[in-house]
Amino acid sequence: MDSIVFLIMRRMRAPLIMLIASYAVAIMGLVLIPGQDGAGHPWSMGFFHAFYVVAYTSTTIGFGEIPYPFTDAQRLWVTATIFGTVAIWIYAAGTLIALLQDATFSRALAERRFRARVQRLRDPFYLVCGYGQTGGALVRALTDRHRRAVVIDLDPERVSLLLLENLREYVPALTGDARRPSNLLAAGLDHPRCLGVVALTDVNETNLKIAIASKLLRPSLRVVCRTDSDHVAANLNSFGTDHIYDPFDTFALHMAIAIEAPCLTLLRSWLIGETGTPLPEPRDPPAKGLWILCGYGRFGRAMYRHLKGQGLDLVVVDADPQLTDPPKGGFVQGEGTGAPTLEQAHIERAVALVAGTDDDATNLSIIMTARQLNRDLFVVARKNHLDNSELFQRVGAQVIMHPSMIIADGIRVRLTLPMLWEFLTLSRFQDPAWACELLSRLCGLLDTEIPEVWQIAIAADQAPALCAGDEHAAALTLGLLLADPRERTRQLPVIPLLLEHNDERHLLPDLALRVRKGDQVLFCAREGARSVMDWTLHDPHVLHYLVTGEDAPAGWVWRRLARRRRHRGASGG
Amino acid sequence: MNPEKVVFGFFIVLALTLNFGFVLGDIDNPAHHHKWELFAVIVVNLIATVLKFGDRSQVGALLLATSLVAMLQLTAAALVWIVAVYATADGLAAGTMASIVSLTAGAMIANVISVILLVIETFLLRR
Repeated sequence: MDSIVFLIMRRMRAPLIMLIASYAVAIMGLVLIPGQDGAGHPWSMGFFHAFYVVAYTSTTIGFGEIPYPFTDAQRLWVTATIFGTVAIWIYAAGTLIALLQDATFSRALAERRFRARVQRLRDPFYLVCGYGQTGGALVRALTDRHRRAVVIDLDPERVSLLLLENLREYVPALTGDARRPSNLLAAGLDHPRCLGVVALTDVNETNLKIAIASKLLRPSLRVVCRTDSDHVAANLNSFGTDHIYDPFDTFALHMAIAIEAPCLTLLRSWLIGETGTPLPEPRDPPAKGLWILCGYGRFGRAMYRHLKGQGLDLVVVDADPQLTDPPKGGFVQGEGTGAPTLEQAHIERAVALVAGTDDDATNLSIIMTARQLNRDLFVVARKNHLDNSELFQRVGAQVIMHPSMIIADGIRVRLTLPMLWEFLTLSRFQDPAWACELLSRLCGLLDTEIPEVWQIAIAADQAPALCAGDEHAAALTLGLLLADPRERTRQLPVIPLLLEHNDERHLLPDLALRVRKGDQVLFCAREGARSVMDWTLHDPHVLHYLVTGEDAPAGWVWRRLARRRRHRGASGG
Repeated sequence: MNPEKVVFGFFIVLALTLNFGFVLGDIDNPAHHHKWELFAVIVVNLIATVLKFGDRSQVGALLLATSLVAMLQLTAAALVWIVAVYATADGLAAGTMASIVSLTAGAMIANVISVILLVIETFLLRR
């Protein structure tokens, strides 16, 4: 705020002083020059009249010669006054207008507005640095779930793009360099409601700087960082960055899991998808046979490492072996866009192909050529730009990998549903049949839409009814929470996925398990069941009904009556 | 020597001296207080106020505040004068003159503080 007022004051100093000086001279002249009144007697103008005349003359309003017609000497002076003061007025007004259009000024104005908006935030929010594809996807995912975010980006075009986006929550955005701590502070790094910093710029070094600044300025804050360099990742790890994301490694790991345990992959996609959208169909990658890997860059290397771990046959196709240093055995030099290269890689007996170069046109071309040579190929395509979505859908790839979306999804789950993340990590250590069994249970529960997944903490703010008194504490079980508040013999279409009690974790907890204060539970349900369950959590009468099966009288009078009736019943019976 | 400081100091001191000159004399005697002097005090004070614009320091803010106070008092004095001369039948009576002079005396206090601050700031800079 201060900087703007000071900027205006500093710039307006010269024009204002000139204005004051010219007014003073003009007024002095008018007072000094002798005039005549209506009857021709000598009369001299007072300061008040002189100021009045100069005020309306210099602003070009021009009321005429007041209070008496001027003498020639006065007219001569007023003529000079007009040219002097009017010109200076125009100069002053021009300076002010130029100031308003000044880039520095408008930036100061925008920054001030941004600061004020961030300071006014009353809901918890995340600070997202970098509004590219990943940042955009993350902000959209967060706001769709009614989480707030604040964005910093270097590129003014991206920031104005954000303003055009139709997001559900208002997202304050600042055009500025996130490497500068002052910008991070302006964006609410020290705001009590700031939950975490997410560094998603394209430059590893920038992300590193953001992470360092955040950890130094507020060590307790969660910092999530994207990087695709092992070197930077190790550096980030060294000072305690909470989560580090490498999109390629993450995807390659998923692919490996998909080959090993297809059910688990499907389960994951069901649980992290957007509630209410249709369930994705299962796409099982072939677990045996020859895989062709086109492109051996960062993505190709990560895929190679994880697929090799699955014991698959691999052939690598890369155009520039000097640069990428591919493995010695099973390597073919070439783009992969032409038939000869692919034939050399034994496309005819391959079961799957990964088009993983960093160029979308090359990837599409590889897929089209490969499809002509081998109809039954399982195709994994790497999509670099969101704009090309339709082309990738059309080319018929079974799995489309989009690095930005993968990171955005991962970070979103980590930030908004940490228990789901834990659930998914734990589920990886279960045997494959476990996931398939859970899938069939989910199938029975859901129609055809992605379920709603949420977590609650048994605490006074989220479950006041459960924490209110101790009378039902012994009867509180998971099964009770799942009972329908309208008819307690029925059950809500909800599956508890994970229960955390102190440090114990119960995966797919038993319904007879007790729920105590301080526990955390992760649920998954058909859309709409959550609001019904909230009823139980918030209303003590509903809880009473669920525990005892009777409708307890709520008001004071009815409670007294009920107690007397019970007394009479006890003494009479 | 910084020319900006010279101009700055000149106007602030001039505002005080002119103000003092106007206030000097019997409080209710119009013959002791000339309208030209009041005019000069107002113009010089206006310029001094504008010169203090845009200084971010603590002393700068205080200087601006004293000037604004002085301007408020002087404007009130000028308004009283104008109303007395042009809008009342009595003209410039002794009582009116007394209130004009007391208002400008108040402005002078503000100007004195201004000069003191200026002196303090100068000393601080020297050290």
